[in-house]
Amino acid sequence: MALPMTPSIPTVSPILGRFTIEALPLHEPIVVATFVAVALGGAALLGALTWFKLWGYLWKEWFTTVDHKRIGIMYMILGIVMLLRGFSDAIMMRAQQAMAFNGSEGYLNAHHYDQVFTAHGVIMIFFVAMPIVTGLMNYVVPLQIGARDVSFPFLNNFSFWMTGAGAAIVMMSLFVGEFAQTGWLAMPPLSGIGASPGVGVDYYIWSLQIAGIGTLLSGVNLIATIVKMRAPGMSMMKMPIFCWTALCTNILIVAAFPVLTAVLALLSLDRYADTAFFTNTLGGNPMMYVNLIWIWGHPEVYILILPMFGVFSEVVSTFSGKRLFGYTSMVYATLVITVLAYLVWLHHFFTMGSGASVNSFFGITTMIISIPTGAKIFNWLFTMYRGRVRFELPMMWSVAFMITFTLGGMTGVLLAVPPADFVLHNSLFLVAHFHNVIIGGVLFGAFAAINYWWPKAFGFKLNQFWGKVSFWFWVIGFYFAFMPLYVLGLMGVTRRLRTFDDPSLQIWFIIAGFGAFLVAIGIGAMLMQFYVSIRDREQLRDPTGDPWNGRTLEWSTSSPPPDYNFAFTPVIHDNDAWWDMKARGYQRPVNGYADIHMPSNTGTGMILGGLSVAFGVAMIWYVWWLAALAFVGILAVAIGHTFNYKRDFHIPATEVTAIEDARTARLVGAAA
Amino acid sequence: MTAPVVPLDRDQFHLAEEPHHPEGSSTMLGFWLYLMSDCLIFAMLFATYGVLGTSYAGGPGPKELFELPLVAVNTAMLLFSSITYGFAMLSMTEGRRGATQGWLAVTALFGLAFIGIELYEFTHLIMEGAGPQRSAFLSSFFTLVGTHGLHVTFGLIWLVVLMVQVQMKGLIPANRRRLMCLSLFWHFLDVVWIGVFTFVYLMGMLR
Repeated sequence: MALPMTPSIPTVSPILGRFTIEALPLHEPIVVATFVAVALGGAALLGALTWFKLWGYLWKEWFTTVDHKRIGIMYMILGIVMLLRGFSDAIMMRAQQAMAFNGSEGYLNAHHYDQVFTAHGVIMIFFVAMPIVTGLMNYVVPLQIGARDVSFPFLNNFSFWMTGAGAAIVMMSLFVGEFAQTGWLAMPPLSGIGASPGVGVDYYIWSLQIAGIGTLLSGVNLIATIVKMRAPGMSMMKMPIFCWTALCTNILIVAAFPVLTAVLALLSLDRYADTAFFTNTLGGNPMMYVNLIWIWGHPEVYILILPMFGVFSEVVSTFSGKRLFGYTSMVYATLVITVLAYLVWLHHFFTMGSGASVNSFFGITTMIISIPTGAKIFNWLFTMYRGRVRFELPMMWSVAFMITFTLGGMTGVLLAVPPADFVLHNSLFLVAHFHNVIIGGVLFGAFAAINYWWPKAFGFKLNQFWGKVSFWFWVIGFYFAFMPLYVLGLMGVTRRLRTFDDPSLQIWFIIAGFGAFLVAIGIGAMLMQFYVSIRDREQLRDPTGDPWNGRTLEWSTSSPPPDYNFAFTPVIHDNDAWWDMKARGYQRPVNGYADIHMPSNTGTGMILGGLSVAFGVAMIWYVWWLAALAFVGILAVAIGHTFNYKRDFHIPATEVTAIEDARTARLVGAAA
Repeated sequence: MTAPVVPLDRDQFHLAEEPHHPEGSSTMLGFWLYLMSDCLIFAMLFATYGVLGTSYAGGPGPKELFELPLVAVNTAMLLFSSITYGFAMLSMTEGRRGATQGWLAVTALFGLAFIGIELYEFTHLIMEGAGPQRSAFLSSFFTLVGTHGLHVTFGLIWLVVLMVQVQMKGLIPANRRRLMCLSLFWHFLDVVWIGVFTFVYLMGMLR
């Protein structure tokens, strides 16, 4: 029997906790340079905001907004900004691995490199893909179901700020202290206090816990919205497919994120309170952590991909000028994936040694998922078949997705075979596989969605030229970056290596690095596309609100939609509601407007987000007094908020009339 | 679904009148969804206890540690508090503010008694050297039972806040809705406790 071990915790000051000046990474020139660049950029941004007197506007119109459209846009901005950070990590890794041969150590030391690959995974999943997915659902779902907002508008604002708080904590780790060096799932015992006594894992835990609250509540909110707020006539089987995929994704969120919360809480207890859940001593069991985290982790990948399946369904149907092929089968395929997402988690660690029967079960359930997914691919192909396909940017991304994702799906089925997995587990083959489905699926979907719904959000289309440049560099760059990793994985190269001994491998890493360079140009072109489009917005203007000859309700209102979305509550008779309205010669009413009941803005969400950052940082650095103070502050602000009973107002009919008359004038101008 | 009955005229594409969405019509569904997510946190803690609950690491097991009579009293406290909360809700539907407040106060007292006994049990165990650091069994025991206790504590804070709000504003629809949510929460904690009592304490004594 072993005695309880006391982990070696360095001295903790009662005022600053374990923060000391050595915690600032002044000895890492790369980090210092990054910090200087970020600080200068940040100072310039803050200065510009002050100079142009934008603070009041931002606070009143954006930070405190409860409008689902603005919150959706803020999520998207957060996701794209964090994409730049996550991609910087990626290209650093590619450069390191391309040069660290023949005795060269590359340019990143092990301490830094291990943080880079951990931060890359954490940021890309939690602070790029999740905000983009949540932002899209937030923006599009209420418009597609004919609602004025989500069920709980304040909660929506609060969710956003919790996600933002998590992102802020991750970014802080770059300059104050360190990030985890454990890989993106922080498996114990490596992430235990004995092997990782620093602040890195604590940064990981608290950023995810705080952002996770936001994600969970946003899931609750969107389920309630879809169930309760659909326009009259819209039965479940008349919902647009994107809403179905959003519903299933949010069900997955509500059923998976509590697992993450629980398992990270147990890891925190091991680290903070010296308990023995995942230790190798005192009866703890590290494999318990691996099981629990993957019970969240596998549904998580479907949380990311399902809404994108919805995006592709909308895009393919719109740009083929046809009703979606096999709507019902699409709905059932989505539901089957939702259920199966919970029955496959063990395929992430066949090598645990759970025996042939258990491994077979999970191998087979994994392979079964490819059936509903395959059904979807065929539905999209049959939608295109004999359609008048317009290869606009969203459609180009969709076709790139269908080819790339199918490839990634096939390597996934390969990995689902337990004996093959024993060979390929933890190799670069796996890394290539999940980038193949996440970039080829989630990111391509996000880009299709951005190009598709941008005109709705801002009233003008995106520039085609830079969009195409971005498309080709991204797609070709992706293949250059990840096909070599399949080869390397089959040759037995494991993931997360910093240096290599076998010089024959180097050429593959150089090709992969070249691919990452092409992707960098793709990202640059995308930013250029945004800039050029905003500059030329008058030429790109779409006064109709329906630039693509769309099929669903969001295209029936103006672009950008008014705060209240629809002047009159729409009535739905058909799946493609707006298409149906157009086909039956629907005339937009131009008078008879009434007062519209709307929720009021509130700053509580942002204040709670700020206090959560303070609480998280205090817990990370063991500054107990600040943690207690911030916690009491969170409780007080939350309780104080419930004493405010006046949370709504009416937009008077005169204002609605003025907004709608302006739209009538624009429509007349466009028709003339 | 709160949408009004639609005259399904095939060529009608909007409602002339603004439909009346009753304030907070999604709240009960939303809160129930949250409760189910909370239920999953407890499910994970139960699963962890299920896996690690026999890992004594040479330390004491349930038979040496648990005092069933004390736990029985504690269970009674929580069950009584659920009944009295039910009485509060009955008074609320009858619109009797004083009676509602009275039953809420009784509920709070039972809740406090529950927390008090639990804290006594915890300190007693820790004094005996059977704290959460002693073994994986005790880690998972303290976490499962303690998480439930934390929930009850938050429920108590919420209860007090609601009593203040009912005093200030009366049994207005917003406050009724809040009381309904807390009612769901309180009974949910009761159900979880029945799981704890059965799987942790009773079955622990059988091992």
